[in-house]
Amino acid sequence: MTLALAVDFGLALLVLAVAGWTIAVRDTFAAVIGFVAYGLLLALIWVRLAAPDVALTEAAIGSGLTGLLLLGAAARLRAIETPATAPGTALRWVAGGLCVLVAAGLAALVLWLPDPAPTLAPMAVAHLPATGLGNPVTGVLVAYRAIDTLLEAVVLLPALIGVWSLASDRCWGGAPILRYPRQDGALTLLAQVLPPFGIILGIYLCWNGADEPGGAFQGGAVLAAMWALILLAGLADAPPVSRRWLRVLLVAGSAVFLAVGLAGIWIAEAFLAYPAGYAKPLILIIEVVLTLSVAVALGLLIAGPPAEDPT
Amino acid sequence: MIDGTTLFGLCAAALIGFGLFGLIVHPQPLRKILAFNLLGGGVFLLFGVIARRGAGAGLSSDPVPQALVITGLVVAFAATALAVALLLRLAQATGRITLDAAASDAAPTQTQDADS
Repeated sequence: MTLALAVDFGLALLVLAVAGWTIAVRDTFAAVIGFVAYGLLLALIWVRLAAPDVALTEAAIGSGLTGLLLLGAAARLRAIETPATAPGTALRWVAGGLCVLVAAGLAALVLWLPDPAPTLAPMAVAHLPATGLGNPVTGVLVAYRAIDTLLEAVVLLPALIGVWSLASDRCWGGAPILRYPRQDGALTLLAQVLPPFGIILGIYLCWNGADEPGGAFQGGAVLAAMWALILLAGLADAPPVSRRWLRVLLVAGSAVFLAVGLAGIWIAEAFLAYPAGYAKPLILIIEVVLTLSVAVALGLLIAGPPAEDPT
Repeated sequence: MIDGTTLFGLCAAALIGFGLFGLIVHPQPLRKILAFNLLGGGVFLLFGVIARRGAGAGLSSDPVPQALVITGLVVAFAATALAVALLLRLAQATGRITLDAAASDAAPTQTQDADS
């Protein structure tokens, strides 16, 4: 057994153990902590699978932002959590059997995957020079499959509208409250020290995404996390959701993306096609505006529905 | 001899099994959301294994499945945020968190929302 395989083996065992513990542990709060660790371990596996772009996204969004969201919910629900009636032993065994069956089926699929594996990598590399990008994953995201990315940016908005619509009537149009109820010196210090570095990292990830691992969504997620940290520590308040500038920021990313896409019908040959020679600058403009919109949308999704009377 | 990529593929299959089990047997809604995200992590990892196997043309991983996973992670986060907001609103409106229809029917809505 080579050293690399030993590391992979250990990593797989560790992630399975953490996942099993996350499902089995009784305390919900502990389960959420387990989930954050699970996400970070998954990010390591993504690195081992030679996918650093996904590793960054998994660490920032899958583990970080989702963990923050679930931690907040677990803390708020802790007081009213009742010992719910767990399903009976028979049902647990049936469910367990079903899950083993599903897992075994997928495992068989993994073992009998076609060889040689089908791949789109040669096509992605062949057309990359036309986009002026150096990172093939960014190329897929903003050029070859731009429609997916456009819809992904758009889908954040209905989700946010859904969250906002859960506000009680008197709070509609007010500000969401994310502040941690107790004053905490360590949290305040962290919220003062970390954001300058985090903001630089977010901008770096966005700017560098063209040629190196990174991109609008990773950068936006880091910026959103910094904003959430400041809100949590109470160093700043979230703006009321009825503010015009906030709404403009939220839709700007999708709007610019859509405008460039529509212009492509006349200037280039198709919707979301870039005119030859102008692909790189157009992609950069889209990425920058998209990063801002994604950061604001993700931050507001964490902050939750408006909870304060509009003033 | 098994290689690292296949190993992670088997790991992903097991993670999907774990997540599905948690989703079915946990009565608390928040634990269901958590298990669903854990299941999603396993599904994404399967994509990663497919991508790694599709290495070629000088790339060590097929970029198309990678881009799909990045899109999927963001959408999964948006869906989770909406689910958590719904759950917190349910707790605020009824003072309890349960998916048990009989329990919520029997319980008087003791903390009627101030605004309704």
